[in-house]
Amino acid sequence: MTNPDAVVIEGLRVRRGRREVLDGLSLRIPRGQVMGLLGPSGCGKTTLMRSIVGVQRTHGGTVTVFGAPAGSRALRHRVSYGTQGSAVYGDLSVRENLRYFASVLGASRGEVGVVIERVGLTGQAQQRVADLSGGQQNRVSLAAALLGDPELVVLDEPTVGLDPVLRAELWALFRDIADGGTTMLVSSHVMDEALRCDRLLLMRDGRVIADTTPRQLLADTGETDAESAFLVVIERDADHETRRSRREAGR
Amino acid sequence: MTFPRTLATAGRVLSQLRHDPRSIALMLVAPSLLVGLFAWLFSDQEGVFDRFGGAILALFPFIVMFLITSITTLRERRSGTLERLMTTPLGKADFIIGYALAFGVMAVLQAIITVAFAVYVCGLQVDGPLWQLGLVAVVDAVLGTALGLLASAFAQTEFQAVQFMPVLVFPQIILGGLFMPRDQMPDVLYAISEWLPLSHAIDAIQAVTAGDEGWDVGAPLLIVAAFAVGCLVLAPLTLRRRTA
Repeated sequence: MTNPDAVVIEGLRVRRGRREVLDGLSLRIPRGQVMGLLGPSGCGKTTLMRSIVGVQRTHGGTVTVFGAPAGSRALRHRVSYGTQGSAVYGDLSVRENLRYFASVLGASRGEVGVVIERVGLTGQAQQRVADLSGGQQNRVSLAAALLGDPELVVLDEPTVGLDPVLRAELWALFRDIADGGTTMLVSSHVMDEALRCDRLLLMRDGRVIADTTPRQLLADTGETDAESAFLVVIERDADHETRRSRREAGR
Repeated sequence: MTFPRTLATAGRVLSQLRHDPRSIALMLVAPSLLVGLFAWLFSDQEGVFDRFGGAILALFPFIVMFLITSITTLRERRSGTLERLMTTPLGKADFIIGYALAFGVMAVLQAIITVAFAVYVCGLQVDGPLWQLGLVAVVDAVLGTALGLLASAFAQTEFQAVQFMPVLVFPQIILGGLFMPRDQMPDVLYAISEWLPLSHAIDAIQAVTAGDEGWDVGAPLLIVAAFAVGCLVLAPLTLRRRTA
């Protein structure tokens, strides 16, 4: 327990087809915080998250979670993953879905009711998931990711398609879970959600271009909202990239 | 593999089916309807249904279960639920055997209904005991399930999965001894047919309807069961926790 980081990634490389999705990415995710992973779609967020939960085939580098290689057997009880899109069984009811995932994880039946309440679906517990709205389906997936008391929860775009009230509620829930000592890694492409995280990673084209706190981000850029702050970071990064490629071309 | 996780998976697959009464109806009734159609077709020709009816009983449960299983598991791969399960402590064998158990239950029900329909409604003459006919039908349906589980690993889309019918199933039907007794086939085709599980399934059924006993029924049935077990052992190996 001496290592303060939940996740340590060094030199991670992932190819998909001929494209380098992640090209030597390194980062650390501290324990017990809400870490936001932000960036436009296609920037490698999902690939990074899949590497952390150990379902992504990688082509170099190391991903270490709680001191063990990502995806190793011991981690399957400690790490949970809410995929993009709901990834639950549409033809089962909310409760049936969660009961199944609970028995797979060895969690108690009582926990099912608890997570249903936590994501605010008590009224829909008996309904078929396919009959729910997209936002409600996402929350079923979230509830499944909270089962079994995981120490690291990885959520891929859990707030997509939700109204602002629900989004705020979910971020409050993430905060609440992290306060209990759980590490939350949450991706989003809504930049304003960045300000609700303890730390945030901004990704672009498979690279981390900022690893900072919301306060630091605003201070560094001199902006007042996340969207404009990100634009500044992206511009600086683009300048940096142009100079670097010019230098390389000059050699 | 752990017992509770396997059972939980089987239970989950069965509850999914329960929410889909139309599929249950197709699974349980379709083979009987086809047997009935077959009996009606040959109703004026004495003895034809008795000769082929048994083989049909081996065929339809096998085909129906193959199709249903390969499509259902493929759906699981594509919906992201399999990926989610692969991040949990669920073993790959839990997943495969869970599916096999659930569809095995359906296979038993299907066999009871189809055999009863063939014998009592269509008047199929069976010289051997009826339970043996049922047993062979169940083992054939389980073989279809096992082969479907294995085949779905090699399909990326539902479209491809359906294409496995002409590739994996039709040759077995053609060489299975239904169109021509296997011992009259050209040598090469006979040798190939020896390696196809459905040939032995049809042998077993025909042994039962002819009233043969002992190893004449037992040997081909064991071969079919061995093929089913083989598929179930191989299928978890095709599941990957890490994908591209």
